[in-house]
Amino acid sequence: MARMKFLCDADRCIECNACVTACKNEHEVPWGINRRRVVTLNDGLPGERSVSMACMHCTDAPCAAVCPVNCFYTTADGVVLHSKDLCIGCGYCFYACPFGAPQYPKVASFGSRGKMDKCTYCAGGPEDDRTKAEYDKYGRNRLAEGKLPLCAEMCSTKALLAGDGDIIASIYKERVAKRGYGSGAWGWKVAYKETVAL
Amino acid sequence: MSRLISKFLMALAIGLFLSGAMLTPSFAQGPVNPTARSVKEEDLMKALKGSGDAVSGRISIQDANAATLIQPDGQSWRAFKDGTLPRIGAIAVLGMVIALGLFYAMRGKIKIDGGPSTQRIQRFGGFDRFVHWLTASSFIVLGLTGLNVTFGRSLVLPLVGPEAFTSLSIFSKYLHNYLGFAFMVGILLMFLIWVKDNIPSSVDVAWFKAGGGILKGSHHPPAKRFNGGQKLIFWTVIIGGALMSLSGWHLLFPNLSTGVAELQFHSMIHGVIAMLIIAVIIAHIYIGSVGMEGAFDAMGSGDVDLNWAKAHHSLWVEEEIKKSGGKAVVSGAAAAE
Repeated sequence: MARMKFLCDADRCIECNACVTACKNEHEVPWGINRRRVVTLNDGLPGERSVSMACMHCTDAPCAAVCPVNCFYTTADGVVLHSKDLCIGCGYCFYACPFGAPQYPKVASFGSRGKMDKCTYCAGGPEDDRTKAEYDKYGRNRLAEGKLPLCAEMCSTKALLAGDGDIIASIYKERVAKRGYGSGAWGWKVAYKETVAL
Repeated sequence: MSRLISKFLMALAIGLFLSGAMLTPSFAQGPVNPTARSVKEEDLMKALKGSGDAVSGRISIQDANAATLIQPDGQSWRAFKDGTLPRIGAIAVLGMVIALGLFYAMRGKIKIDGGPSTQRIQRFGGFDRFVHWLTASSFIVLGLTGLNVTFGRSLVLPLVGPEAFTSLSIFSKYLHNYLGFAFMVGILLMFLIWVKDNIPSSVDVAWFKAGGGILKGSHHPPAKRFNGGQKLIFWTVIIGGALMSLSGWHLLFPNLSTGVAELQFHSMIHGVIAMLIIAVIIAHIYIGSVGMEGAFDAMGSGDVDLNWAKAHHSLWVEEEIKKSGGKAVVSGAAAAE
């Protein structure tokens, strides 16, 4: 089985936010929730770089570890998913996540945050693949259709790579070797305890 | 004509040579390095100063927190939530239960000096008891629902299954969120009505030196309305309760915090103080019920056996009798227990 990962080549990302929009549209993500976002570092300065970030589907995911009701699970592809039926909206995964991935439909209100929502790597949830119930809660299950996450598939500069970790790491390494520079595999060390040696 | 052509070719050659000469230097420099000053993940991560620090930038989403790219502190909060906190909780709560069990085995139930009398004295009025039980009942529910968050996944979930445990935990969460306000009101009222009797004094020093009359011998040291041990409980509840309220308030209203680091901090304070107060309150419940004869009446019916009062609050009894001209003491046996 593949070990699915994301890798954002910040030297290619042009902060067009198309990944953000594509994701919102593909999954009918509720208002106020951004499963993916683009952060610009050193904005306006020489050396400015933008990084597209979502759930990194960590190895030994902290969200899954701290969840008081154990609603997370990791698929055979290494994708970290959760059950909205079991989620109690406590916010603990949000405290633990190094990437700010978990989000809630009702953050501002008291009492309940609502069920947590995050990037599913376009792999749906615990419901049967490609059912309406799955789509309504988690969005489209593109992986079950044999497709990769839409954010990466439609990235116009191919900055955002999705797929088996070893393959996307080798693509990135080859790019860095050819052009002679690379700002790093953002978040890899934190998420996977390993990085792409450049 | 041929001269003209040769002149033209000459000019062309010179032109090409010049333009070539102008281009050459840039080739000589080698490939440009557009990342000479670019941000690198490795450098940004190395520059983090530890607690609360994160790699952040600018974002077009109208939520400042979304501009945080990587906050590695999530991992240390996880270590706290899954390691430190359950350990503190287990040691504090189980340790207290074991200590009280040993104490009971050695000392047994502490009897009233001279046995129960036929006279009683009012110790707590209706409002005192209302405030106590408002705080106490909300605390017990808050404590149990709070412990569920830390220990439920490993202790309760395997017994009832995931669906039932989620229903239980959602219900627990609502109880916890709403009863928090009852607890806060209770703490505030408790502080207002009892603070004047809980100022530490030299009497308390003597009380502690005598082991409260229950650790060493059977002679009870003098005490006013509240003895040293009760004052200790009072201040634990007031200071602990205030910290619980403040941190809990921030967790209830996450928008008050500027970021996830603050929420992590409040949840750590909330968890650790909770475990410590729970342990202290278990001891309080013990001594107010099975641990001591006659003690529960103070918060039950409100009046206590005169002999009990004389043993545990000698100075207070004297004062009450003097104030009321002896009317504070009424005859009547203890309510059937």
